[in-house]
Formats: sequence, C-alpha cells, structure tokens
Amino acid sequence: MATTQTEIKVTPEIAAEHGVTRDEYARIQKILGREPNITELGIFSVMWSEHCSYKSSKVHLKRLPTKGKLVVQGPGENAGVVDIGDGLVAAFKIESHNHPSYVEPFQGATTGVGGILRDIFTMGARPIAVLDSLRFGEISPVAATFRSPSLPNSDSEAAANRRILDGVIRGIAHYGNCFGVPTVGGEVSFEPCYSQNPLVNALALGIARKEDIFLAKAKGLGNPVIYVGAKTGRDGIHGASLLASAEFTEESQQKRPNVQVGDPFTEKLLLEACLEAMKTGAIVAIQDMGAAGLTCSTCEMASRGGTGIEIDLAKVPQRETGMSPYEIMLSESQERMLLVAEKGREHEVLDVFKKWGLDSTVVGEVTAGGLLVVKDHGKVVAQIPAHPLAEEGPVYNRPLTAPAPRNESDKDWFPFAPEKTDLTANFKKLLASPAIASKRWITEQYDTSVRTNTLAGPGASDAAVVRIKESEKNGVLRGLALSTDGNGRWCFLNPKVGAMHAVAEAARNVAASGARPIAATNCLNFGSPEKPEVMWQFSQSIDGIGEACTALATPITGGNVSFYNETLGKSIYPTPVIGILGILDDASKVLKIAFRNEGDIIVLLNGANSSGAGQHATAPSARRREFSSSEYSKTIAGIVAGDPPSIELGAEKWLIDCLVALAAAGTIESAHDLSDGGAAVTIAESLFAALNNQPQNCHPERSPRSEGPAFSSLGATITLPESASAEYALFGESGARAIVSVSPAKLAALRATARQYGVGAHEIGKVTRDNSLRIEYKGHTVVQSDVPALLDVWANSLERTITDMESTR
Amino acid sequence: MKFGVVVFPGSNCDHDAFHAVGHVLEKPVEFIWHQSEDLHNCDAIILPGGFSYGDYLRTGAIARFSPVMNSVAKFAKSGGLVLGICNGFQILLEAGLLPGAMMRNSGLRFICRHVHVRVEDTNSPFTNSAQKGQILKFPIAHSDGNYNCDEATLAALEKNHQVLFRYTTADGKDDDVAQALLPVRPINAGNPNGSMNNIAGICNRERNVAGLMPHPERAVESALNSEDGLVILRSMVEALVGAAKATA
Repeated sequence: MATTQTEIKVTPEIAAEHGVTRDEYARIQKILGREPNITELGIFSVMWSEHCSYKSSKVHLKRLPTKGKLVVQGPGENAGVVDIGDGLVAAFKIESHNHPSYVEPFQGATTGVGGILRDIFTMGARPIAVLDSLRFGEISPVAATFRSPSLPNSDSEAAANRRILDGVIRGIAHYGNCFGVPTVGGEVSFEPCYSQNPLVNALALGIARKEDIFLAKAKGLGNPVIYVGAKTGRDGIHGASLLASAEFTEESQQKRPNVQVGDPFTEKLLLEACLEAMKTGAIVAIQDMGAAGLTCSTCEMASRGGTGIEIDLAKVPQRETGMSPYEIMLSESQERMLLVAEKGREHEVLDVFKKWGLDSTVVGEVTAGGLLVVKDHGKVVAQIPAHPLAEEGPVYNRPLTAPAPRNESDKDWFPFAPEKTDLTANFKKLLASPAIASKRWITEQYDTSVRTNTLAGPGASDAAVVRIKESEKNGVLRGLALSTDGNGRWCFLNPKVGAMHAVAEAARNVAASGARPIAATNCLNFGSPEKPEVMWQFSQSIDGIGEACTALATPITGGNVSFYNETLGKSIYPTPVIGILGILDDASKVLKIAFRNEGDIIVLLNGANSSGAGQHATAPSARRREFSSSEYSKTIAGIVAGDPPSIELGAEKWLIDCLVALAAAGTIESAHDLSDGGAAVTIAESLFAALNNQPQNCHPERSPRSEGPAFSSLGATITLPESASAEYALFGESGARAIVSVSPAKLAALRATARQYGVGAHEIGKVTRDNSLRIEYKGHTVVQSDVPALLDVWANSLERTITDMESTR
Repeated sequence: MKFGVVVFPGSNCDHDAFHAVGHVLEKPVEFIWHQSEDLHNCDAIILPGGFSYGDYLRTGAIARFSPVMNSVAKFAKSGGLVLGICNGFQILLEAGLLPGAMMRNSGLRFICRHVHVRVEDTNSPFTNSAQKGQILKFPIAHSDGNYNCDEATLAALEKNHQVLFRYTTADGKDDDVAQALLPVRPINAGNPNGSMNNIAGICNRERNVAGLMPHPERAVESALNSEDGLVILRSMVEALVGAAKATA
C-alpha cells in the first residue's frame, strides 16, 4: 500500500487495491453522498474487511444461542461476560491470529496473545489465565503411504513447520510470561493441511466485580476522548484487511511489514494503569485499539453510544515523523487504548497513566450528530457517519454447496487386526505421535504458576483450573475451569457432527475437572468464504455448534471468525475451536486425571449406554468406517476416511451432570474423559500423571531416562468390554465416556449416582502398584508393558522429534 | 514486624509475595512503589519476580537504578533483611548487593516446572527454620537463571557457606559431572539451567541479603502442589522476632 497522500484521487482501481468491490464502493458513495478521499477509503476498507465486518459470517452467526441466565454480556463487546456468583463476573474470549503467525511466527503469536489480553482488561477485568489452541503442519515427514485428504508434508515443509512451531511457542511464552498471566492450557495438534497455514487461537480469562465492568459506548457530549499507551507507528497497517482477509500466495512473505510488533512490558503497564484509572470513576467508556486501530475504536465507540467523535491526529503520540492521516488511522501498533472520560475529570485519568510512564493525551471529544470527524492540525481529512461505517457494512449471504460425496467403500476403511494380536507396539507408536505425546516440551516454556491460582495446569486435569482468591467465603474458594477443543479432521469428514463433538468434548473436559459448564466462546477457522463448499462447511458447523451449545446449556458469549485460511488455493480442514468455561463451587473439589491409590477400582462411565459397555450393536463395516476417522487410524495406517463417531447430546449431558455430581460429593479419586487415542491412552495418561503424586517426585517426565534410583509407580490391570474388535475397544474415540477411579468403599455410591443420571458404570479394572499396565480383551492380553517404558515414549517423543531433527538439519 | 514488597514497573510476582506473607503467613505487609525512597519502616524487604522494565538490556539491569534501590542498599548495609526472588535475585546481582551474574539458561529457553533444592546451610535468617540437607520443592519460571561468577568468588561463596540452596535431583542427589557439562540439561537433571555448582540461591557475606531463582512464594499452600516456601518465610519471621527480642 504505497498510497499514503491524502491528495491522491480515488479511482475504482485504487478501491480494488484496498479490497473494496464495486458494489461496496457504490455503497460508500451512497453513505457519503460523494466520492471518498483516500483516507476515507482506507477507513472503509478496514472496517468493511472480512476480519472486522464479519460480512460473510453474520447471517450464519445469528443462529448461535447467545442467551442464558448467567450471561451478563453476549457477543458484540470486547469480550463475553458471565456471572460467577458472589458479585463476581468472568470475562473471556478466544481469538485467532493465524495469518500473522504464518507470515511472522514469533510476532504473530505475541500480538495474538496481547490482543486477547487487551480485550479482557478493556472490560475492567484482570486477566488471570490464558489458553492456546494451536495447530501446525506435520513436524516430521509423513509417510508417502499416508492416505490423507490433504497432501503429506515433505521434509522441507516439516522443517518449516518446526520453525513455525518454535516461533509461535516462543512468542506466546515471551508475551504471557512477561505480562504475568499464567498460560494454563489449550491444545496442540498436527495435520498436513495446516502446513502453510498454522492456527493460533488464544483464549484469555479475566475476573472483575460485576459493577466494575466497562463497556465501549462513547457517551456525554463534550466528554474528552483520550489516547493512552504506546505511540503510533507505521507497523501493522492493513494487518486486518490485507493479511487476515485474503488467502496466501507465494508473495505472502512480502506482507511481513503488515504484521504488528508486540511489547508485553508496555502491555503490563497498560493493564495496571487502566485498572487503576478505572477505579477513579472518571472513565465513561474504553476500547482497545486492535484490528483497524484508531479507526475501529473511534467509530465503534461512537456508533455504540449513538454519538459522534471528533479527533485531531496532530495530537496522537507518534513513533515516527511524517506519518499521513491515512497511516495514523490504519496503523495497528499494539498496546494502545482509546477512552472517554468525564469532562472536567480528565486529569484524574491522565495522572494515573503518567504515574505508569505511559503516553496519555486528549485527542478529541464526543460530539452530537453521529459523525466521525478526523482532523489533521485542524484541517478535516475524513468525515464519515459513524453508525453506517461500523454497523451498515456489506452483508453477504454467500452461496453454499455441499462438496461431492466422497464415494468410499469397504476397502478404504481401516482393516482391524485379527483377534489376539499383541497391540503393544502400535500403542507405543500412538503414544509417540505428536498429537498424543506429552506437550511438556511446549508447556514448560510457559509460566503456568504465576499469580498462585493454578490448581490444575497443563495436563493435570482434563480442563485448566484456576482458583478465585477474591471469592473466599468462610474458607471456601470458587474455581473456574476452562477447556478448548476442536477436531479439524472430524469436521472435514462431517462439519456438523465434528463441530458438535468439539462442543461436547470441551464441556466434558470441564465436567471431568469437577466444574459445571456454563458458557462458551468460539473461534471459527475456515478457508475462503468465496468457495461455496467452504461456506457450506461453515454453515454446517454453525448448526452443529448451535445444537450442541443449546443441548449442553453453554451459550456462545463471543469469539471470532477467521476466513481465508488457505494457501495456493488449498483450504485447511474446517476447524471450529470451542472454549468452554465452568464453575467449581468448591475449588478444593477439583478432579485431576491421575490415579491415586493402589487398589482403587477403575470404572468406565458411559452416558450413551447404561448397561456400561458402551458399544452399540452395529455392523462391523460401520465400526471400521467410524474408526477410520480416529487418531489411531491416521497414525498406524495413514488412513483418514469414514465418518466421526455419531454423537448423542443427551448422553453427553447425562455424563457431564454425573461427573459434576460425583466431584461435588467427593465420591471419586480421578476422572479423565475418553478422546484422542481412546481408552488405552486415557488409562495410560492417568498412570503417567500419577507419578506427580509420588513423594519426592514432582515431575513424571524426570524419571524414565534417569540413571537415578528406579521409582515405584502405579500400574493397572484392565479388562475391556467386548466390542467390534480389540483395536476398537482400545483406541475407539466415540464420545460421552470417561474413565474414573474410585476406592472400593465408595463404589456403591458411584453406582448409585451413575444410575441416578442414567449413566452406565462399568467396572473395567484395578489400580496396582506393580509398575506395569496390562489390558485384556476377550480373555487375551492385548497390551502389556512397564509404565516407565510407555512414559518415556509419551513424555519425550515431541522433544526428541524437534531436537533430533534440528541437530540433523 | 512488617514486610515490604517492592513494585517495579514489570514486577508480576508482587501480588504473589504479598499474598504469601499477608494472607498465608498473616504478617503485616505492604507494597513499596519503585519511585519511593521511603521503605515505610519495613523490617524485611522482598524484591519480587517479574520482568522489571521488561528486562530490556539485561535482566535487572535497569531496575537497579530505581530510586527505591538506594534505600534498599542503605537498608541492607544497616543489616536489614532483603530477599530477592527470581527477577529480584537478578536485580540484587546487578545492584552489587550479591556477587556474580546471571546468564541465559543453558537450554536457551524459558523453563517453568517444579524443581528440588537442598538447604545447604541453616545459619541464615532465610534458612534458620530448615534442616540442613532438607529437600524443598519449588516452581521455577525464568529464562536467565544460569548463575555465574569468577573462580575466586565461587571459592569464597563455598568457603563462607553463602550457598544456601543447591539444585538436586528429585531424590536429593547432585547431578553427575558428565550431565552437568552437557549444554542442554537432560530431562532428569536436578539443575535446570546450567547454574555453577548447581547454585539455586546465595546470601551475602553478612548473611542478611539473599537471592534465589526458585519461587518460594508460589509454594505456600498444598493446593499449589507444595508448601515448602513457608520454610523460608517462617525463617525470616523467626529472625525478625529474635532481633526484636535482642533489642528489647
């Protein structure tokens, strides 16, 4: 975007350069009643970009459930807000930073975290936790035999993916660690389709007193408009419109200058200063400058407040000289906020920012008449009706077309191994796959314990759990649980069912930590909306999310849509990522995945089948079809096909309610839901986590390669219920199931509760202290191994893959 | 008895230290703004963890010039108790109140995990309530915890028993030499960052100023997976009570 002079005459060509279509240009002329100048065109182009205007998704997003008795603020503000009791509210939201993270992994990720943190404290809430949902291309070359819908990754692609992974992880760590918010969870997965388009979705959670929540509505004629935070530079111009709203080509790397640069230190000061300034009571409204910077914050605050805003760019703190109005209005420099103060009390606000060493200056005022007026040294350079600009952008009801059916037949589906096969080797292979292996190497780069609220950090429980010190009430603290989940492969195979599973798994994870799911946020990552197949996937996913969120009583409170996730015309898997928040009435009742005591009984809970076994009688071919969508099928056979497991939302709800009840009553010792890798992986992870509880051993991954003394670990003997095949029983991923452990004394209580909720409780084994895992099926041992041997594979594979590959590079 | 927790721009464990002293230990504590030359008559000063001034230039390199540090130095010279945790330790090194310097972790990455340290000496206001050889479990969270100093300084630290805490394996053993020499720490290593002589924390010759990289203030409640941090804070309280008695 070389054009920066306001004198430049706007032509349809220049409009096109800005990604403004002919129709949209005509609309602009109609709103203004004249030709826009170049600055005005720039302003419209960012506000009407896909990223800011949701023009392709609006019509579908309407179908999402957004109401609930605990919802204080739904979609439309900087973040969703829910009531968590005792006069406290939680603000949370998930947002994508995919495109910047591909063009410049480190800065792309840092600014992704920075942006979502600002969205939270803009509301007046102090951020207390961050989760990151990350998806990358394969980090080691995929076998040529890999029968994936997206092409396997070459060696060079895999090397590039490792560099992207490293940059993104370092970026997230750099920003969150310095800012001082614990990064407590999230997910990391790998599919070839994300090779040139990683997904970086960051979720932030904050809390505040209900009465302290701030909104972004500019009110009060004559009230001063104050700019605070970092100076404005030329970085990030058109980040939203040109980066996030167009697909990638070979030239995309040239867009690196469009990526913003993050400074967590300034953000930390901005956080403390904003919360302190809000306490003065002199702030009327506040909004952060994220996508579309000054443009978005001015016109949105005016539009929401039903007012106008007039600013003079000469007063805007600038990092470099000679910036044009166009550049200043479109800059996406980070760590900036725009706020409206009470006339006559502005000094109270300015003083606080001065104390924290931040720029803060009055740049304009709230006006009547609903106009956004931008001046430069008194001379008007842009004059646009705020409401039409912010709210009356184009809305597209784009064509949908279901893709041609994949005509698969029996031979395309996973061939089950003959009965009695020793599957231990495959099991180890599965434990070593990046999707299943421990993410310790990644999560140890995040500060997970700052603020001393983390009750369950990465991997300790199915959800991340933090306590709320402020909620202390006669010795009892509340806790909040969060989980983010998504399954691109399943959504590719069946967008609606896949999306329903994403919601169900997130809610199940929250419940498995003992918390009651109450609300959701979503990040919708898709290809180009201009492709009817992609819009069909999008529409189907929305239907799935809507149905599931309604059934599980978790309304959507916010989130974002990321389209154009494709490179060279190849779309990513449709990947809706769901974040679900839950309340733990007594934080001390938090459930973790670790088995605790020798002799405890291992029980498979199944919401779908009260007889317990949980395998509906279905034709074997149907089972093979379903199993072909599993992690095991992908890892062991390189087959990605078939259909995701069918989903019963009623069953999911029963299991969730049952888990919450069991946790509240303190009936069970541990809980871990069944998901990627099925029962075998679930049980193994509960054993690995148990090592956390060993005296003098706080970190399971420490011990396996140790020359030190052998430690005694828990083991388990399991007998799996009969089903389609041993592999299906071990590694099948059908939903509404969890594996819990209970002391023999409380087994009866467990059964009673399960019966009450119509959930099957099937005794499948015992926790032992013999250091080994043995799983039997139809009277034969199908998996048998020392726990340390399994642990070594699971705990160290990711690090080995990355470091070994680097050393041989 | 009153504790003071200094707040630098970028401090982010200040609230944690405040919570540990004020709410868990239930002792008087207040924040001290970095611009203040007045330590509000505190009897013990804690320099908390975080990224003071973004740790730009070098960890702690800018914070040491904050006005409050002049007062902290005077306070230390007069025998006052000063504890630097993580970034606070780094600031004490930069300020010359403790010998040595920090380098980037040998693995060149930020590390956050629980580690084990062995109490090497109980003759200090920070360890008097501990047992010699006691193994404590603390979280660490830093990029620059690789303690270094010259041979003479190291010899003096050891000779004068100024090494208060040393990283050990989970079962309280030192890493073997072969491991200690590896550039990237093995997974089971006790020493997470390549620190000289497995040093996790030291005190000055006068024993009234101490710094450590692990976070005792994050290990003060069983819900946080360790209460071992209380040993250090209680030691400080003991020392202050003793001092009060002595002067009484």
